[in-house]
Amino acid sequence: MHASISPLSTSNPPHSTLQPYSSSRLCGLRREAFGFHSPSQFRNRGIGVVSAKTHSWRRSVFSASNSASDNGTSAPASFDYDLVIIGAGVGGHGAALHAVEKGLKTAIIEGDVMGGTCVNRGCVPSKALLAVSGRMRELQDEHHLKALGLQVAAAGYDRQAVADHANNLASRIRGNLTNSLTALGVDILTGFGTIVGPQKVKYGKIGSSDNVVTAKDIIIATGSIPFVPRGIEVDGKTVITSDHALKLEFVPDWIAIVGSGYIGLEFSDVYTALGSEVTFIEAMDQLMPGFDPEIGKLAQRVLINPRRIDYHTGVFATKITPAKDGKPVIIELIDAKTKEPKDTLEVDAALIATGRAPFTTGLGLENINVETQRGFVPVDERMRVIDADGNLIPHLYCIGDANGKLMLAHTASAQGISVVEQLTGNDHVLNHLSIPAACFTHPEISMVGLTEPQAREKAENEGFEISIAKTSFKANTKALAENEGEGLAKLIYRPDNGEILGVHIFGMHAADLIHEASNAIALGTRVQDIKFAVHAHPTLSEVLDELYKSTKVNSHNTKPVSEPVTV
Amino acid sequence: MASLSFSSAVSSSTPFLRPSAFLLRPRSTRLPLVRAKIREIFMPALSSTMTEGKIVSWVKSEGDVLSKGEAVVVVESDKADMDVETFYDGILAAIVVNEGETAPVGAAIGILAETEGEIAEAKAKAAAQSSSAPAAPPPEVEKPAPVAPKAEAPAPVAAASPATPGKVVATPFAKKLAKQHKVDISELVGTGPFGRVTPEDVEKAAGITPAPKANVVVAAAPAALAASPPKAPASYPDIPGSKIVPFTTMQAAVSRNMLESLAVPTFRVGYPIATDALDALYKKVKSKGVTMTALLAKAAAMALVQHPVVNATCKDGKSFTYNSNVNIAVAVAMDDGLITPVLQDADKLDLYLLSKKWKELVEKARAKQLQPQEYNSGTFTLSNLGMFGVDRFDAILPPGQGAIMAVGASKPTVVADKEGFFTVKNQMLVNVTADHRIIYGADLAAFLQTFTKIVQNPESLTM
Repeated sequence: MHASISPLSTSNPPHSTLQPYSSSRLCGLRREAFGFHSPSQFRNRGIGVVSAKTHSWRRSVFSASNSASDNGTSAPASFDYDLVIIGAGVGGHGAALHAVEKGLKTAIIEGDVMGGTCVNRGCVPSKALLAVSGRMRELQDEHHLKALGLQVAAAGYDRQAVADHANNLASRIRGNLTNSLTALGVDILTGFGTIVGPQKVKYGKIGSSDNVVTAKDIIIATGSIPFVPRGIEVDGKTVITSDHALKLEFVPDWIAIVGSGYIGLEFSDVYTALGSEVTFIEAMDQLMPGFDPEIGKLAQRVLINPRRIDYHTGVFATKITPAKDGKPVIIELIDAKTKEPKDTLEVDAALIATGRAPFTTGLGLENINVETQRGFVPVDERMRVIDADGNLIPHLYCIGDANGKLMLAHTASAQGISVVEQLTGNDHVLNHLSIPAACFTHPEISMVGLTEPQAREKAENEGFEISIAKTSFKANTKALAENEGEGLAKLIYRPDNGEILGVHIFGMHAADLIHEASNAIALGTRVQDIKFAVHAHPTLSEVLDELYKSTKVNSHNTKPVSEPVTV
Repeated sequence: MASLSFSSAVSSSTPFLRPSAFLLRPRSTRLPLVRAKIREIFMPALSSTMTEGKIVSWVKSEGDVLSKGEAVVVVESDKADMDVETFYDGILAAIVVNEGETAPVGAAIGILAETEGEIAEAKAKAAAQSSSAPAAPPPEVEKPAPVAPKAEAPAPVAAASPATPGKVVATPFAKKLAKQHKVDISELVGTGPFGRVTPEDVEKAAGITPAPKANVVVAAAPAALAASPPKAPASYPDIPGSKIVPFTTMQAAVSRNMLESLAVPTFRVGYPIATDALDALYKKVKSKGVTMTALLAKAAAMALVQHPVVNATCKDGKSFTYNSNVNIAVAVAMDDGLITPVLQDADKLDLYLLSKKWKELVEKARAKQLQPQEYNSGTFTLSNLGMFGVDRFDAILPPGQGAIMAVGASKPTVVADKEGFFTVKNQMLVNVTADHRIIYGADLAAFLQTFTKIVQNPESLTM
């Protein structure tokens, strides 16, 4: 016990209590997510002699906010909870942790496994597979190894052990996530949640009796499932979605990947590293349609062309039949524009990576007059749910993939935190343009803000100029030391005021590098200011330093940047 | 990655009048008559310091239609990779400098034809320019200026690819290799699943030795493939017709171990052993599933218990590491190498258990399912080539062990006893290689005496 007190006092220095939690909050959140102890946990257990002072201070804050929420509104004491969250994915988890931090009595309803898609069938296990593929690539790249002076015998792998690594990682993160909720006193209600009326949710396993809970506010965070277009028969063995692929039950010799977005690209990285050949099927005329075109072009040159990958663009897969009766998987392609039959492919497996569909059926939205749009729950910029007549529904919010604004795990969490801020009296609007995204191929791709065409369009419409700064990883000492000079970073900004509109990185550790730029956008930092910030040498972060330093902002113009977030 | 445009020179269609490759201006006299043109695509100077450039990739392939301003090729300069675009519309008739190769600034790297009719001519020009020119020159070489469109110019595009029944299915990598080695895939018979053309089929057609698959996974490095044919170790002359087969993982491990063994100072001691008693015992217990390997392993293990130094290891050149267990590794030949499954605690297990254990290990070894501790925990190795009639041989000491015993065939030998009487006895020669840092001649001799005693009085083995 005494040992556990020391991290407490360091992690919660007295000065942070003088601030309204804004600085310590996020750290606390992260610590929870990774299974460390946080001050609030100790508070619940009622221990901690050394820090009793800070705790009592905190407790008074919580009781104050509790009384505000219990007594200050129209219906006090009649609610079971201040906040009920439907769905325990990353979005629901982020919202719950923040809600507890803010003193709300919180419950989370989960009908499936804790952790949702990200932890169980998405980001987390895929990173485990990509960690393997990255190392396989390094070990197989004789040329690269030789350039470093290394000699390595032929690399091989054990499929089951690789699959186990992904699975173990998912269960470990799931455990951490569950523990962090229970340790904070969040009630986990098991079953599928359905909204039965305003501020009322029932939950329960199918077939068993339902329980009804009332809550002052409700957040829908039910996430999404893989989207499978019509005509495609998923058998889970030879025609699969990411859900199945992450289990890595077999490594086909030849796999077709339908869709060349993040999911498809990441899996192509995994499969080719494990020895498969890959055929991409993309409905757009270009591979990687979501990326900045210049980045996409370079990425194609590095991630597609030299690998055992070919592709069909501008085609739809109208029919995919799983392998059976001694026949391979058969894929019928039609031209995306003319709809004429174009080709038939015979492959060993097909992975459907055509995006994700919201998981909102059975939520009981009809009970409160909400009509989903293609399954998505309509919300305003504050994640408040809009009903069929266009009116806001009080006390009901929807975050994450279910609202479809930006289908990324960390977006869901950020939206959840934003909602909790609103519930506790701080108006908050999340700036989605400051949310980074990353694709964990080797090398990685990351981005924040607008792509170049989007920025040009916006510039034209709003009548301003844009400039572009670019740098190659070949100019970065650390990248060259790693012999990983392949890469490009570009910065799109306004030369009149220095506002950062978008940053795109393709290269080693791009996913980790993007945050300097996304934070700058979120905080409204301008390039003329950030260019004076110092970067350690030699680091990959100097790629961004290089970008900032090569910008040219018209010095005579001191127009302030448009306020990015605060309302 | 800025975009640059390349300059090209234009020649009239007079064949083989090679235009100066270093002219950066169109050379055609502006005749009113519309004449077909063949242009060369030059290696552009992307920076003031650039003297040569490497082709990173061709964005377009031979036969692709290009329009002005489109990126055609990506060139790596001393600073960055740049897309190079064309100033002219036309067809990319031929690629002179392939991906990964370098060319000096100003050299022709590709040929642009204005019409399809000129493709053949442009190809001829490309063949004349390309220094390596591996393929036979195009058939049109001898012909005068093209007037009529060539019948077979862009053949492969239109070549037979009927609907599903006769359709040629080729894997992505097979297609890539075919393009690289200029193999017409439609003429290949696929040997892969469902009759598909595999990368190996293409390599065979291109006359390249296919790289055998590594035990689980194919080594996918494309760079290695491109470089493999000329990459034989420089010090040995190339013998025509030889082929290079890279090591499998197991073979690579053997190679590594063998090289490592050179660092250990070893010596060898041989000993003849009469085996009549052992042979007699073997005959008795054979029906119970006991193998000669188990008998020898058991005998060696029992001798090792009495001579622990022979079961020891010298790890750092400064000390003895006495092993508490007697684990006998036994070399087993595999189809593509050698592995040494280990009979753990061979001194403690009885002969029957040992034989059973051995059978399991061999099955696992053949199925490549041995766990690491089942092949790398040996403290002493036994290698037996007797069944092949080898009468004596000399084993290399595996790293991490103190001694290895090489067992030859047992055969009738004339021996003289103390009284000078000749008899014929079955005798085998064993030869032990040991690490002289820890095991000295007398140690080995004593160990061999004990071993001989056990083999010649083998009843103790069954106890």
